[in-house]
Amino acid sequence: MTKKITLPLTDETIRDLHAGDSVLLTGTVITGRDAAHKRLYELIEKGEPLPVDINGEVIYYVGPAPAKPGHAVGPAGPTSSYRMDKYTPALLDRGLKGMIGKGARNQEVIDSMVKNGVVYFAAIGGAAALISRSIKKAETLAYEDLGTEAIYRFTVEDFPAIVVIDSYGESVLVK
Amino acid sequence: MEIRTINAADITEAVKKLFMDMNYHIGKDILSALQKAQQEETSPIGKNVLGQLIENHAIASSEEVPICQDTGMAVLFVEYGDHVVIENGSFEEAVQEGVRRAYIDGYLRKSVVSDPVFDRINTRDNTPAIIYTQIVSGQEIRILGGCKGFGSENMSSVKMLTPSAGLEGVRQFVLDVVRYAGPNPCPPIVVGIGIGGTFEKAAMLAKKATLRPIDTGHPDERYARLEKELLEEINGMGFGPAGLGGITTALGVNIETFPTHIAGMPVAVNICCHAARHQETVI
Ligand code: SF4
Repeated sequence: MTKKITLPLTDETIRDLHAGDSVLLTGTVITGRDAAHKRLYELIEKGEPLPVDINGEVIYYVGPAPAKPGHAVGPAGPTSSYRMDKYTPALLDRGLKGMIGKGARNQEVIDSMVKNGVVYFAAIGGAAALISRSIKKAETLAYEDLGTEAIYRFTVEDFPAIVVIDSYGESVLVK
Repeated sequence: MEIRTINAADITEAVKKLFMDMNYHIGKDILSALQKAQQEETSPIGKNVLGQLIENHAIASSEEVPICQDTGMAVLFVEYGDHVVIENGSFEEAVQEGVRRAYIDGYLRKSVVSDPVFDRINTRDNTPAIIYTQIVSGQEIRILGGCKGFGSENMSSVKMLTPSAGLEGVRQFVLDVVRYAGPNPCPPIVVGIGIGGTFEKAAMLAKKATLRPIDTGHPDERYARLEKELLEEINGMGFGPAGLGGITTALGVNIETFPTHIAGMPVAVNICCHAARHQETVI
């Protein structure tokens, strides 16, 4: 069964999500991958304000391809999440509530997810053209100089994902 | 044999078309392997993922948009005929310009940074491409191109095995690399294995192996058998499509070999995802 979820995520919704659930997400997400994570992390370490309020947000690890004329966004599938692991606990402590990526996470991230009540979704790696159909709008929020690695806000409608690690630390990834 | 003159602009055009086409249209070998896997997959979620990948290929192909947003780093294996002369430019520049045009005009993602450690500034046109050139006799230029996403590239590895490790050593190393990669490289994967040569030769062979259609076996039947056995063992690991469980962890295993030194047996494993984009053109 597929659950329809409206964003932003509430704590109640998060508690209801379990590893293995298929979901369709509707609302907005922010994006960010390696370079943006590094910058956010460095600001947090220095105690400086972030260019984007991440409190309550879901972040999608993606670097989209350029949009063809008439398309809101180019193909935009997930990138491997483990590269963000080093920076993730600091962002979860700042109130980030969900992550969308692909592949495994380390134990520190899982512990921080349980502590902060956070859910980790996977989108299907490589299904980029299909996924981009559910992205209706893309605006740049920060770090425009990073090109594809900038932080965008995506407006999504029925974005397909799977809960792979839930807020209880349970995972469906095969080890 | 007569000298043949090729205009640099024709090379640029051919390379541009090569990279645009391979990014929009997946090869028949991959597509039929996905279709077969979808029928045979026993995990419902795995079956569903495979169905979405097949649908993704159909959308990419009909809309002419990239299959995956990671349109990779461009790699070209060139067989350059020794009776070819380029006019109005150089071969290197003509190829780089073809890659540049493909990535800019073809709405492909620019994923290359100028300096690996310090600056990491995007070159904004996906150049430089990596070009391996071999001079052969003839009047043609044959280009085998691939674009390599880094989700799977990062999961690749080289090991300098010694002769006593034998077949078992090779098998163990390949399986270790695949197991370590787990769900990260967008399974179902294609595994390219290079055995022999030197340190860098093994890695190049592994890359070339990922670019060989997966419905072709190694010409030496002992290696062809090893390809089949490794494929079975990998599919027995249970990672499945997207790492969510199932019997389809790999679509194919390709081995390329080369003579090596009396003291060595280098093995390289280049992991490629199901978006295994490769195409050949002859100019
Ligand atoms: S590993 Fe392949 S399918 Fe997955 S995101 Fe990278 S290029 Fe795309």
